[in-house]
Amino acid sequence: MTPLLLAEQILNGLQFGVMLFLMAAGLTLIFGVMGLINLAHGSLYMVGAFAAAAAAGATGSFALGLAAALAAAAMAGALVEILVIRRLYARDHLDQVLATFALILIFSEGTRWLFGSFPLFLDVPGALSGPVTLPGGIQYPLYRLALIGIGLLVAAGLGLLIARTRIGIQIRAGENDREMIAALGVDISRLYTLIFALGAALAGLAGALVGAIQSVQVGMGEPVLILAFVVIVIGGIGSIKGAFIGALLVGLTDTLGGIFLPELFKLFMEPATATSAGASLASMLIYILMGAVLIFRPTGLFGSRA
Amino acid sequence: MITERHLNLLILAGLILVPLWAWAADEPFTITLATRAVIFALAAAGLNIALGIGGLVSLGHAAFFGIGGYAMGILAHHAQSYTALSTWPFLIEGTKSMPVIWLVAIVTSALAALVIGLLSLRTAGVYFIMITLAFGQMFYFFTISWAAYGGEDGLSIYIRNDFPGLNTLDPIQFYGLCLAILCAVLFATARLMRAPFGLALNAARQTPARVETVGLDPTRLKLAAFVISGAITGLAGALFADLNRFVSPTMFSWQMSGELIVFIIIGGTGRLFGPVVGAATFVMLEHWLGGLSEYWLIYLGGMLLAIVLFGRGGLIGLLTRREGGA
Repeated sequence: MTPLLLAEQILNGLQFGVMLFLMAAGLTLIFGVMGLINLAHGSLYMVGAFAAAAAAGATGSFALGLAAALAAAAMAGALVEILVIRRLYARDHLDQVLATFALILIFSEGTRWLFGSFPLFLDVPGALSGPVTLPGGIQYPLYRLALIGIGLLVAAGLGLLIARTRIGIQIRAGENDREMIAALGVDISRLYTLIFALGAALAGLAGALVGAIQSVQVGMGEPVLILAFVVIVIGGIGSIKGAFIGALLVGLTDTLGGIFLPELFKLFMEPATATSAGASLASMLIYILMGAVLIFRPTGLFGSRA
Repeated sequence: MITERHLNLLILAGLILVPLWAWAADEPFTITLATRAVIFALAAAGLNIALGIGGLVSLGHAAFFGIGGYAMGILAHHAQSYTALSTWPFLIEGTKSMPVIWLVAIVTSALAALVIGLLSLRTAGVYFIMITLAFGQMFYFFTISWAAYGGEDGLSIYIRNDFPGLNTLDPIQFYGLCLAILCAVLFATARLMRAPFGLALNAARQTPARVETVGLDPTRLKLAAFVISGAITGLAGALFADLNRFVSPTMFSWQMSGELIVFIIIGGTGRLFGPVVGAATFVMLEHWLGGLSEYWLIYLGGMLLAIVLFGRGGLIGLLTRREGGA
């Protein structure tokens, strides 16, 4: 195991982590403010990826693809909030799970109907393709490096938005006491639609960015959704900071575990057994991490309430 | 309008008469569909104990369904290839005997439910939903990377397993076996709902604080319900694998967990026959709508939304016009 390979895998883990953060941030905001569990968040990720692939395919511009992804996901989010989600805030979690499960079916089959069952491909933009040499002689794909940069920028922007702006004050107030801020004259239902659309846009952005390094297909959102759940359970529901730390932990654990566990097992096992046992254990590693966090902190690392 | 009790008897009569008619008319495919519905009903009846009575929204019950399926798959796989499951510290051989497979399925899924329940019940509400979902997914990825038992491709079992005195390859005999198990479980559930344990569990769902004041431990009640629930869903998994003579990681998929909840809600939450009505409706819709359109899940999604937003109490509630349930 060379330090060069280690550094590369750490970068891969970071890249995976920041993309998970984009998903988890929206989920945790929506839960924190509206108390809603949204299974259809993965569908918004898929909507973003498909919008980007379609727009970039039609215009040839990756930037236009990203813009289309943000717009389509935000609009889909706002529409779903107004038509369906709004009626679920006062309901119990079971109704929320079921209604958003129904939304997944509608989104997935609707997308399959529009675009067909075959995956679409979204190309990495020309300016960001190819490798770049980092200090220390590491060759790393420029696009993945850009993803890390974009993810960190969005995280910083989101932190500023919540800590420093008027909207941010309203979001934080909404988490604490929704009756009170409604009484103070804030249009709470507009605020909810806005937060939902913001979360959707973040998911759509993640879908479009990741779509360029994976294939864009129906059902791509749900595995990421479930990982985002693991992230916010680890970080603590409702906490943006928790989502960030949790996302990096999950991204690094998953990436490094997949590479290093088989190597580690080879030290005391036959190579073939070590590879399969290592891969099996690595696939469970983040869930073991989640279990471990839960044993010591049932409400997550930065969570305050269950 | 009829009472829920009469409706239940009517459903039971349908479960007996429809496959008998199909048998007489020589339509084995209808019997297979009915078997599928009965097995799904059994899996959902298991979940109903945790979800309907205990109020535990588990979005990871596919884990137990899959464990039951793999218990069958692994035992039968070793039996058909004449290899031992393990030689050390004890010699364990595969088997084709259904009762043994069921026992293994029940015990392993109950153990898994105990571990998952112990961890998940440290939390409640939305955390519980996400954690059970995540544990279900853990098994899914584990079986995908478990190359010894087929990995992503799963395991095929060439001949259905044996039950003493029955020819399980005959569709109507296998159906009868599954229906008998479902009836036994529903009967036991009905008894359970009236027994002290069921009443305490019901109370633990509604007001845990009061249950605690009378000296009962709500978490232990819920854990017991979760384990029973997981064991029943695991048994259903073993039967499902035997119906298809095939197991694969898709039994563990999160969609499976979602569908189990859907069965309960379509039928009516907390109602004894809710899972049966829900599973039968789902299988019929899958068959009819699936024949009409490749995109039938859109209609299912729309129907589910309508049930959640406007129709409380599911189909049984609609037919008996009585709100509530357990």
